Amino acid sequence: MMLDKVKRGDLIKIVSIGEATVRENALRMGIDEGSILICAEVIPAGPIVLRKYRQEIAIGRSLARNIAVVMLARAGEARLACSNLTGEMC
Amino acid sequence: MLNISNKIIKETGLGQKKIVLVGNPNVGKSVFFHQLTGQYVDVSNYPGTTMEFCCSKFGDTFLMDTPGVYGLSSNTSEESLVRDTVVTADIVINVVDAVHLDRDFFLTCQLADMGIPMIVVLNMVDDLLARGLELNLVKLEQRLGVPVVPVVATKGEGIDLLKRRLHQARPGQASDVVKGLLLNYPGLKRDEALPILEGDPEVAARHNLAPGGEKANIYADRRRRANEIVSAVLKEKTTDTAFAIRLGHWLIRPVTGIPALLLVLWLFYESVGVLLAQIVVGYTEGLMNDCYEPWVRSLLANVIDLQSLVGIVLAGQFGLLTMAITYVLGLLLPLVLGFYLVLAMLEDSGYMSRIAILMDRLMSYLGLNGQAVIPMVLGFGCVTMALITTRLLTTERERRIATLLLALSVPCSAQLAFVTAILGSLGLGYMLLYGLIIFSLMTGVGTVLNRFMSGGSVPLLLDLPPMRFPRLDNVLRKSWTRTFSFIKEAFPVFLGGAFLLSLLNITGLMNKIERFMEPLTISWLYLPNETAGAFIMGFIRRDFGTARIMEIPMDPLQTFVALVTLTMFVPCIASTMVILKERGWREGTAIWLLVSLLAFVGGGLLSRLLSCARSLYPAITLPFAALIIIAILSVIVTISRWRRTIG
Repeated sequence: MMLDKVKRGDLIKIVSIGEATVRENALRMGIDEGSILICAEVIPAGPIVLRKYRQEIAIGRSLARNIAVVMLARAGEARLACSNLTGEMC
Repeated sequence: MLNISNKIIKETGLGQKKIVLVGNPNVGKSVFFHQLTGQYVDVSNYPGTTMEFCCSKFGDTFLMDTPGVYGLSSNTSEESLVRDTVVTADIVINVVDAVHLDRDFFLTCQLADMGIPMIVVLNMVDDLLARGLELNLVKLEQRLGVPVVPVVATKGEGIDLLKRRLHQARPGQASDVVKGLLLNYPGLKRDEALPILEGDPEVAARHNLAPGGEKANIYADRRRRANEIVSAVLKEKTTDTAFAIRLGHWLIRPVTGIPALLLVLWLFYESVGVLLAQIVVGYTEGLMNDCYEPWVRSLLANVIDLQSLVGIVLAGQFGLLTMAITYVLGLLLPLVLGFYLVLAMLEDSGYMSRIAILMDRLMSYLGLNGQAVIPMVLGFGCVTMALITTRLLTTERERRIATLLLALSVPCSAQLAFVTAILGSLGLGYMLLYGLIIFSLMTGVGTVLNRFMSGGSVPLLLDLPPMRFPRLDNVLRKSWTRTFSFIKEAFPVFLGGAFLLSLLNITGLMNKIERFMEPLTISWLYLPNETAGAFIMGFIRRDFGTARIMEIPMDPLQTFVALVTLTMFVPCIASTMVILKERGWREGTAIWLLVSLLAFVGGGLLSRLLSCARSLYPAITLPFAALIIIAILSVIVTISRWRRTIG
């Protein structure tokens, strides 16, 4: 699935990031293919905010459409999985 | 400043060295630089505030602050500069944010791979506990192979420790992948070979080599390594309970974020648009007009004849010593300082990034991304200031669109004050129609520009700073530094502008322009010929021109057309100067001409639309006109967006 379909609280893993320059910039900020992240916030029709450790990164909707992810756990079920991972409430 | 810096040399016995501060945006490099040298650099809780390099010189030793970068290559001109600075450094101080190690260690690992003697400064260590994190410092030093010094730069903690340990700086451990690949370039130093391996065309060209193709490999490996180090040294003890995090989320969630944004905008309008632009500026301008200018004139009268050529240039209507000084000190200084104060608070609190996220979608229709919302909002206070903040935008295309929209469609607070007064006397219908026209202009022109300018809007990829309470000393110091440098740059431009106006006036060209404009005003806009004067005045200051419209006897429709045309018409001298300064002479002139053209074409069309509506349906002139405007807007937007999807 694509990143723009993700809901708040979902635990996801990035599969591929479309464009090379975006991939590089995101990688430098800490998001790369294989990263496991929590979706911290989804602005309706707007950007998606992802969280890794304590860092939050906003990704524009048009960018999110080109980022493939797999769902590791839905919001709610994500609590257990990610508490192991990050010790955070989701 | 000198004392502290000299102490570094004495304590470390470095002699003549070059120390460079490097780090991601918004990690506190500049505060740290300030603590180390006593010299102030622009600091804020918004990425990318250090636009220029700051050096502090002590003897032959330099301490250099650099703009925040996420990595070193030649992606942007800033990055190239930072890379070249780093390569020539004797010691690199890598500042990292203790809470955002995961992001920051990419650069740290890259610096380690380059093999330059370095020391890592772990800033904001006091945040670790509050955010429920625990860090193993010993393990971190082992992993990186360089000294790691925990500091709290804002409180000055750990600075002494850093000075004591500075001499221990050494090259960090390169990754095994990089070590292996470096064997391909046996003759080169590590800091030169690495950029070439990573495919940096600039460094490769310097050595007459082809850029290497290992970028993806090295980057992926480096990210892995950074992740590994972070998971080895950082433990999450408790959940992140910081109130700032929850507040940060409320501010970007539309349900709570939009009311909060409206509240902030209202506060902003009240403080800058009303308190500052009207009350404070009214006072300072009065002071300059009533006290300073007569004083200068009486002084000058002793020396030269005020009616002589020199006298008029120096102290006439557009005098270098009268109008130019009054504008800079009485008008620009308080406005600019006030704007920078509010801007600094928005930046330092971290709210600016949240507004950008909230508005990203809306702005994308105009070919801009969320970050452009800041200049647009500022424009309703003062277009001149807003034009300066278009620097925040990342690409030339976005800066161009934002500048044009600001120049064309946004009335400043001073002008709005008169517009509201006039429209208030005409009736609510006119007020609504005025609002509709401003909105349509912005949307219509934005959409068309977005369609016809090459390239597309740059999607948002924004690193969110945490919400923080702005530090008063920081806000004050920053606003003052920025205001000072702005005034310093604007002053000569104002003098030049005033001189030009004086020349126009003396040579009688001004009158000729006024007469030259008569066919335009009378036969095209259907306005009385006196309005030409209002347009000329409007160029000098928007609100002067608008005020003059009140004095000219016209029917309501004519008044309305004049108001709208004046709103669209070229921005005031100050804005024009800023446009020329920011966009360059050629593009600035083009924007200026385009805006004037659109203003008169638009005004003429509106005039025809209104008189046509009046003759067809006298009872519902305004609603009918509004309907036509909405229809035209819809057609323009639809065509622009439709052709975009096809093309």
